[in-house]
Amino acid sequence: MGEAIVITSGKGGVGKTTTSANLGTSLALLGKKVCLIDTDIGLRNLDVIMGLENRIIYDLVDVVEGRCKIHQALIKDKHFEDLLYLLPAPQNSDKSAVNEEQMRKLISDLKPDYDYILIDCPAGIEQGFRNAIAGADKAIIVTTAERPAVRDADRIIGLLEKEEQIEPPQLIINRIRGHLLHEDEEMDIDGVTDFLKIDLIGVIPDDDQVIVAANKKEPIAYNPDNRVSLAYRNIARRILGESVPLSPIGGEPKGFMSKLKKFFSVR
Amino acid sequence: MNKRIQQNVMIKGTKDGFMLHLDDSCSFSELLKELEVKLSANYQFQENDPSISVKVHTGNRYLDEKQEEMIKEVIHKKKKLFVDEMISNVLTKDEANRWKDENQVTTVTKVIRSGQVFEVPGDLLLIGDVNPDGTVRAGGSIYVMGQLRGIAHAGYKGNNEAIIAASVMKPAQLRIAGQVNLSPDEYTKWGHDLECAFMDEEENIIIDKLQVLKKYRPNLNRLEGGL
Repeated sequence: MGEAIVITSGKGGVGKTTTSANLGTSLALLGKKVCLIDTDIGLRNLDVIMGLENRIIYDLVDVVEGRCKIHQALIKDKHFEDLLYLLPAPQNSDKSAVNEEQMRKLISDLKPDYDYILIDCPAGIEQGFRNAIAGADKAIIVTTAERPAVRDADRIIGLLEKEEQIEPPQLIINRIRGHLLHEDEEMDIDGVTDFLKIDLIGVIPDDDQVIVAANKKEPIAYNPDNRVSLAYRNIARRILGESVPLSPIGGEPKGFMSKLKKFFSVR
Repeated sequence: MNKRIQQNVMIKGTKDGFMLHLDDSCSFSELLKELEVKLSANYQFQENDPSISVKVHTGNRYLDEKQEEMIKEVIHKKKKLFVDEMISNVLTKDEANRWKDENQVTTVTKVIRSGQVFEVPGDLLLIGDVNPDGTVRAGGSIYVMGQLRGIAHAGYKGNNEAIIAASVMKPAQLRIAGQVNLSPDEYTKWGHDLECAFMDEEENIIIDKLQVLKKYRPNLNRLEGGL
């Protein structure tokens, strides 16, 4: 029986979809069978980041309305034999095309066949958000280390705490810029975790290669040499229950590295 | 047989007026009738006599609002009498529960997050933080064992005696009863440790170190004896 994890943030543009794509890829690289569900109806992105947008025939709404079987709508990622699938969102409907009950049924139908079901949540706290969290067992909150993003994450955590079927959410801090940390211009990692008071599952450094990878239609997680990729793969291992220490975030200036290493070694 | 007639209404004089003891075992209509008779049989008031306050004690009888009105009406018919207070030994369950709620400390372990409003009828002991855009509201005082960074409203039903205390005071707003105190802009990054807010006689909200509470709110000490 698989586990459904919703990836959410409240604020838009902090990296939910990138995180969903990369965590899905990383889990598949670790040999787990993964289904990604894009619930951002009307503004889908996940298919683009996965490089699967040309192969969409049926979508989420077709499945819940019974116009096709689930397996007809699922798109297999060719990087893997039989491990990574995507259920795309329709681009020509809106969030009210699906309700929570339908989502719950869809996810419970998928659970027996997959190890992990990752649900990419739209921004906001309206129907799209309610749909995305309806069938989830776990939640991962993505935030950047900026006050507006952290504030929205706080709100989302509050809403998730009311959902009894979801375990206490875990936190990913995305796009940490080492040099800003150094200059004390950004909330640091401790500042964010102290504010939100939930478990940290990973920290992702900011890296231009993520954008390059998105344009190449291939999630960064395939690149074994990139630090963002490494960070995502470590999060995937933590999801599997391994204890992997947080790796240091590289950044200018050089002297900072040693400082940060020291900072993390005491954790 | 000379059976002594049971008196349903007894009048007793006290130093600030007199008290009517109403028996609680007879029927209400009987009581009302007897009250009327008792009061009319008494002394005729003169024009320039001062008004006399009456306390009414209803014993173990529960009177609803309508019945209270009826008793008051009978007494008010006597021009010089006015009802100062109705005293009863009994409370309804609702009243008792409200009284209990308003006088108890509710302990919660929770982070009050953005957009959440947490409200208790009595005092609130919060073991956790109040984040920005989060609100805690209490009929009594608010004690935060954590960081107060949102809005705290103590004594929101109009209790000026209520206080707000926090381990780390960095609120967006402090409200006590009807007064609002906007946070100063010069709070340090981490806020101030161990502070409290209370209202002075001019209804200004004062924020000060915890130790001043002993002086301004001695009633907060519920411990008797001991040290």
